[in-house]
This record gives sequence, C-alpha cells and structure tokens, in this order.
Amino acid sequence: MDISGFKPAIVYTIYIASTPEKIWQALTSAEFSRQYFSGFLVEIEPRVGGAFAVNMPDGAPHITGEVIEYDPPRRLTITWDVNWPGLLEALGPTLVTYELEPAGDAVRLTLIQAHDRAIDDDILSAGRMGWPAILSGLKSLLETGHAPKIQMPPPLKMLEALKQLGVTVPGM
Amino acid sequence: MSKPEFVYTTFINTTPEKLWHALTDTAFTERYWFGCSLQSDWKVGSPMQMTRDGQIMNECVILESDPPRRLSYSWLTVFDDDMKQERPSRVTFVLEPTTRGAVKLTVTHEGFAAGSKTLPSISEGWPLVLSSLKSILETGQPLAFEKPRAA
Repeated sequence: MDISGFKPAIVYTIYIASTPEKIWQALTSAEFSRQYFSGFLVEIEPRVGGAFAVNMPDGAPHITGEVIEYDPPRRLTITWDVNWPGLLEALGPTLVTYELEPAGDAVRLTLIQAHDRAIDDDILSAGRMGWPAILSGLKSLLETGHAPKIQMPPPLKMLEALKQLGVTVPGM
Repeated sequence: MSKPEFVYTTFINTTPEKLWHALTDTAFTERYWFGCSLQSDWKVGSPMQMTRDGQIMNECVILESDPPRRLSYSWLTVFDDDMKQERPSRVTFVLEPTTRGAVKLTVTHEGFAAGSKTLPSISEGWPLVLSSLKSILETGQPLAFEKPRAA
C-alpha cells in the first residue's frame, strides 16, 4: 500500500516511564489492550502485510487492518478501519502510526492518525478524545499496574456526521 | 473565533482538588515541572511567575480562577529575546471529573501571533509537563529526564 499521500490529522504525544519493549508489547497484545482500551482486544500478525484487528470484548470484529510498517520497538504503522458498512468507502483507509523514542529514563510515544483525504472535524472529534483516553490508560497501566476506568460519552458528533455520509452505524 | 493553536487532553487517576493543588502549589510544581516553579496568590488579576534556578521563564497574569474547575492565565515567555517581543498568549486548564473516577484535564494554549516562536516551544513542552504531572499524581514520582550526575 502506498502511504505517501496520507497526511496527519491527529498527533498525540505522551511520555511514559517504561521501556520501548514494554510499550510495544502493550500496544500489540490483547492481554494488555483489554486492560487500558475499554476491554478491546488487539491482535497483530508481526510482519509487514500481516493482519491487524481490534476485536470487541466478546471477540466480535470491530476494527480490521493491515500491518504497513513493522520495526519493533520503534515504529508501527497499521491501517485501522472500523467495520461499519459504508465507512471505508466514505472515509478511505485510516492510517495509524506509533513512534517510540527513548527520552531520558522515559519513552516518548507519538500517535499519528493520517488520512488520504480531508476528514470532517466532527468525525475527527472522536479520535481527538479517544486517543488521549486510550494512551492515558496505557501510561497508567505501565506505570502503576492498573489503568483507570475512563467512561467516555458516545461520540455523538462523529456518529451523526457518519450517518450523513451514508455509513451504517450499529444501534442508530 | 479561530481554533486554538494547541489543545492537549489527559486523564489522571486523582481528584479535581488534588489536581488543582498540583497545578498551583509552588513546591509541588517544582517537583514535576522540570525544575520550574509557579508562584502566585491565584487571584484574578494577580501576577504569576514561572521561575527556574532563580531565572524568570514566563510572566503570567491570572485571568480566571475557579477552583477546582477552571484556571486561565496569560503567558509571556521572557527567557528568549524574540519570544519576549511577542504578544502574550493564553493558557486555560479545564478539570472535569469523569463518572468512573479519573479526572479529564484539558489544556488549551491559544492567541499566538503569526510566526510565533513560543508556539513550537510550548507544543513540545506541554506533553512533557503534563505526562510528568500524571506520573507524580498516580505514582508519587515525576518523570526523570536527566540521569543523576556522577559525583
């Protein structure tokens, strides 16, 4: 997949008192993700071209993608497409990159969400709130051994904007 | 209104009261703000100074103070000759309890002049400071970026 036309829409940086190896493991394993990511299960085939998935707590598929860049424990790029009918057609693929860099006794983790077209602010609003919640939980988990339960209101603006684009949103 | 130039959200396992204290107590700020400490009586209209090793880094004025919910101050960086010439920007902290216990902290920093040197500087700085703030409130330890110097 050619990713040269993708531009960052959301960038979020957080510093974590941990090692790149542990953060990499937490980003790529269901055992960790279920603790900091609202019970969701991350699964990845550890190679470029491998399958990526985020499944619901009950195992049902939610997000599917493909591994684009795989350079542990430094850089991971995946496509990240929510399985709602019509979403991929409306938004194009969503590209997610994690960059991990040592910073003193901590690690600088940068999340980049990129798209190959302009995306409405209402749709991006979900990620602008969701990534800080997910990555705040990841930091807490690695630094304290447990992640706080962060209850998020449903991203109504995003859901409404997706409906306008003809996306089938479950439960709406 | 134009969109704020910088917005950063983090979720911290603490109470709004402890978070407010952490944002406004001189001795506490010095522990996690990479040697910077904040001094003010935090009343609207009062000055606030951010100093490191006795040098004033930023000169601020309190614009809003509603503990433990909302704090806002003007911000003029004075340690750099170019930044000192810029018009002051404005930083706002909004503290919101969430239903499951964590506090949502949103920091907005806005009102920069075109071509501001301060904007890229604070854009690097806030994620560091706010990550260290979250660490100290949750673990008792700030983030360390300098190895202890050899004797």
